[in-house]
Amino acid sequence: MRHIISILLENEPGALSRVVGLFAQRGYNIETLTVAPTEDNTLSRLTMTTTGDDRKIEQITKQLNKLIEVVKLVDLSEGPHIERELMLIKVKAVGAQRAEIKRTADIFRGQIVDVSASVYTIQLTGTSDKLEAFIEAIGAGCVLETVRTGVSGISRGEKILSL
Amino acid sequence: MRNYKFIIQPERAFVFRALIAQLFQLPTPLRACEEDSTVELLSGGEMLVRALHESGVEYIYGYPGGSLLHVYDALYKQSAVKHVLVRHEQAAAHMADGYARATGKPGVVMVTSGPGATNTITGIATAFTDSIPMVVISGQVMSHLVGDDAFQETDMLGVSRPIVKHSFSVRRPEDIPELVAKAFHIASTGRPGPVVIDIPKDMTMPNERYEYVYPKKVKLRSYTPPQRGHSGQIKKAVELLLKAKRPVIYAGGGVIIDGSSDKLRALVDRLDFPCTNTLMGLGSYPGTGERFVGMLGMHGTYEANMTMHHADVVLAIGARFDDRVTNATSKFCPDAKIIHIDIDPSSISKTIIVDVPIVGPVGNVLDEMMALLDESNEVPDAEAIASWWKQINEWRQRHAMRYEKNDSQLMKPQEVIEAIWAATKGDAYVTSDVGQHQMFAAQYYKFDKPNRWINSGGLGTMGFGFPAAMGIKMNFPEEMVVCVTGEGSIQMNIQELSTCLQYGIPVKILCLNNGSLGMVRQWQDMNYEGRHSHSYMESLPDFVKLVEAYGHVGIRVTGRDELPQALEDTFNKYNDRLVFLDVAVDPEEHVYPMQVPAGSMRDMWLSKTERT
Repeated sequence: MRHIISILLENEPGALSRVVGLFAQRGYNIETLTVAPTEDNTLSRLTMTTTGDDRKIEQITKQLNKLIEVVKLVDLSEGPHIERELMLIKVKAVGAQRAEIKRTADIFRGQIVDVSASVYTIQLTGTSDKLEAFIEAIGAGCVLETVRTGVSGISRGEKILSL
Repeated sequence: MRNYKFIIQPERAFVFRALIAQLFQLPTPLRACEEDSTVELLSGGEMLVRALHESGVEYIYGYPGGSLLHVYDALYKQSAVKHVLVRHEQAAAHMADGYARATGKPGVVMVTSGPGATNTITGIATAFTDSIPMVVISGQVMSHLVGDDAFQETDMLGVSRPIVKHSFSVRRPEDIPELVAKAFHIASTGRPGPVVIDIPKDMTMPNERYEYVYPKKVKLRSYTPPQRGHSGQIKKAVELLLKAKRPVIYAGGGVIIDGSSDKLRALVDRLDFPCTNTLMGLGSYPGTGERFVGMLGMHGTYEANMTMHHADVVLAIGARFDDRVTNATSKFCPDAKIIHIDIDPSSISKTIIVDVPIVGPVGNVLDEMMALLDESNEVPDAEAIASWWKQINEWRQRHAMRYEKNDSQLMKPQEVIEAIWAATKGDAYVTSDVGQHQMFAAQYYKFDKPNRWINSGGLGTMGFGFPAAMGIKMNFPEEMVVCVTGEGSIQMNIQELSTCLQYGIPVKILCLNNGSLGMVRQWQDMNYEGRHSHSYMESLPDFVKLVEAYGHVGIRVTGRDELPQALEDTFNKYNDRLVFLDVAVDPEEHVYPMQVPAGSMRDMWLSKTERT
């Protein structure tokens, strides 16, 4: 099963390499990874998606918690949460396709952020599923380039991840 | 040599640093101020040595080099912290490790950048796998050269990352005391482990001095090892223990690390339950104790493995269900409810799913268990326990630890270990390397005290035993320290014979010489139809001449009749000398019992021809 693990990490050099290294050395998967400083500049917020059965996820969270620089950790997928990923996608847009792609982007609430004679660059935000659905809708054949940020997530309601 | 510009022109260096500090909004470095007696100004190198002293360090095991010259100069100017010069950095790490295992205090290693640092990696990994507290100070090239592939530059933090509990890089000299204090705190608390401090050379400049402040208390917001176990879980565990009909207590190295062997003994004796020890836990319960069923696992006793397999309640204390203990996890203790006490949450349910997990320090949890037993009106089911003991004693009758002595003078390794046990009255510090001799020592030397059996259990590091013995002997000069080794392992750190001469370290080396890599050969006998691929040690040195060349005493024992006199000479005549006992033993001998691969705990070979 896919899990979204969200971590408050000391904003120090080398901290990220410990997290990533842990996954490599213990044979865990990282599907996506995003990291950036928070409003408290001593902390980074890191979100990663990984897959595994309950036992594996339990080991992953325990091993992560052992890292000195991991301040707090939550498995967002254990409760209601919001997840978003941002994608910039360059697609071939010529002839009749130009209008069709524009319409599809509108349906997915995407924005065309750059235009050239034969290419649209579209910005799209949503869950990973939605981004994949968009690619399927416009047809993989016209995709020239994609770049995705990886998943960011936050719990719904009152629950917060902070010190 | 342009790097030395700062030393030659300290005034310019100061101006430069002040400029840099201003640019990056760092605190301006303090100018050396001799008049102000209230503030002590020290160089980075001096701060490091002072902070190590304040952290309780007596010995540093190390080897100097370019990036650490300022630090070594600071070491030279004081006498509080003693430095032991090894002959290879790996041995420095093992010496510090041996010291730590015997004393419970963190061992300290100091090595230069590049090869000095990388040579410690095996030693750090050894300590990491067995949860041994250690602080490793590694030099690093000048900060401005980091990343340039400078001379003797290695990314030590990167190289050591998977095998350390934590690591630091020094970025400002004034941080050194705090980082040292943090390193010792992290290394020695919770589940202990090695911590690396990487120090670029420019952090130790002798002419740049800063206010020295050693923190009174270490604060780490993201590191809080558990102080006590969960009361509800402990209660559940006690209830389970009181209901048990076929219980066993399985205690590991965590009991020794926590200094809780007395508490384990009290619990075992109070409940009248059988107790088994892991390889790392030997000595936590007396090896000659009536309730001790021996070591468990791959080369565990028949009775220990049978007791485990048939148990209905297993109380695991400071042990981690290692694959050398459990055999096939799917067949492990099929009828047992398992209680697991461990300070590391990630050890719990890692390989074996447990029924009652208790995260906390062993000693504290055992105290609480005893208190609950005191309060409880219930007692264990005496009848069930008595019939359980009857069964265990029947297993003991099988006496699977017996071995046949040869008719010839050629000794079996087991009888040599038994002789050493008798000669040292079972009270020596015994270190070992890795292989058959290690297993024979674990099986036939009965350890009645904790911290006496010192071996690389988790990583299985050949070359560990000799330097570890040196670290122990230096700290306990009055105690007998014996390194049980083989002719293969000893050659992996034999250069330390030179260190022993320099510092006068009279350890006793017992080399069980079977002329082959015994454990490899045993597996080749059992699984590869006796094809001894590269397990035969051709062209062995004359060890007696070799140790004599290093200024020590060598004694060769080729037959049984020679052993008593040799032991007498080793422990009495040459009491104050390093003695290397080169004892010829039967190369055909195998270590038994041996669990059958992919079987359960009870599936064992008991000899070359006998299986359970």
